[in-house]
Amino acid sequence: MWLTSKFRQIVLALKPGTVTLKYPFEARPVPKDFRGQPVWDHTKCIGCAGCANHCPARTILLRDLCQEIRVLVYDGSRCTYCGRCADLCPEKAIAMSPEFELAAPRREDVTQTLELFMLTCNRCGRCFDMEIPNVLDKLDLRGYRYDNIETRTVLRRTTDRMDPAALDETEAARRPERIGG
Amino acid sequence: MPGFLAKASAKAFPKSLWLYHCNSGACNGCDIEILNVLTPYYDVERFGLKLVGSPRHADVMLLSGAVTRPTLPLVKRAYEAMPSPKLVFGIGSCAAGGGCWFDTYNVSGGGAAAVPVDYLIPGCPPRPEAIIYGVALALGLVPQKSAPVELKQVEFPIDAYLRNKAWEERNVIYRLIKD
Repeated sequence: MWLTSKFRQIVLALKPGTVTLKYPFEARPVPKDFRGQPVWDHTKCIGCAGCANHCPARTILLRDLCQEIRVLVYDGSRCTYCGRCADLCPEKAIAMSPEFELAAPRREDVTQTLELFMLTCNRCGRCFDMEIPNVLDKLDLRGYRYDNIETRTVLRRTTDRMDPAALDETEAARRPERIGG
Repeated sequence: MPGFLAKASAKAFPKSLWLYHCNSGACNGCDIEILNVLTPYYDVERFGLKLVGSPRHADVMLLSGAVTRPTLPLVKRAYEAMPSPKLVFGIGSCAAGGGCWFDTYNVSGGGAAAVPVDYLIPGCPPRPEAIIYGVALALGLVPQKSAPVELKQVEFPIDAYLRNKAWEERNVIYRLIKD
């Protein structure tokens, strides 16, 4: 009786076959929407520090080296891969890559460093980015100086883009009256 | 350095590595993934790895969790109980660098605060494949894929870096005067 049960066990064990993955020697694709290491695109980044402000592990650090250079350091050792930085980046400069093979003997191997070129705000003196056409650039704000490295005193032209018809409409607009009032 | 570590570990651990699983206040996510690599799907016993119950039997400590204040002396004792040569794997973002809790009041800030972490496997939790990759990296079976990345928007014609260095030095002098 015990012998037949052993045979049955062998048959049961043979039925599924080999399921072990040959992982380190064969690539293993990640599932869809997998969040691996975040990757920065330095050509799109405007240095708004939104990612650094919202990182739950506070693993994205920003520092202004001088008036023109802002340095963004991503230390991947304590990143929890939540993807909040990629979600809120206004320029979509951060992408969650499918890379998960991040094991390293040193902490420095999982870091990313970005050096961003910033300009000076004429009002507050802090740096901001206007090289790339972004939201700030489109607004054409009055009073901001366009200081190039070569020509530092070129003032930016300001254009009044307010539509007069829309302005009149806004001025004439009235709130809906209270019912029965 | 990684090649040297791999060679040194291959020389120091020519046979099977025995693992001791040390939970230092983890949320059990990483522990579940460590148990997952022992299942038939991700069979690490292919490489001769085996989980043992006592640090005295182990070559490798799998450290999971940011080392909390109550577990700090216990982790140190477990590390001292392991016979040398020994390796420590920081599994998960908490053990690798402290995770979200790296500066909270009751956390010592990652595995490196308690024991020297030889290999860190970030992830929250790391995939079972990532843990296998880290172990295979330590055994010298796969090359290392991660490397520090440095990106620059503008390469400056003027030497802004030197200027910044001078600024920092000036600040140091001010700090000295203030002290």
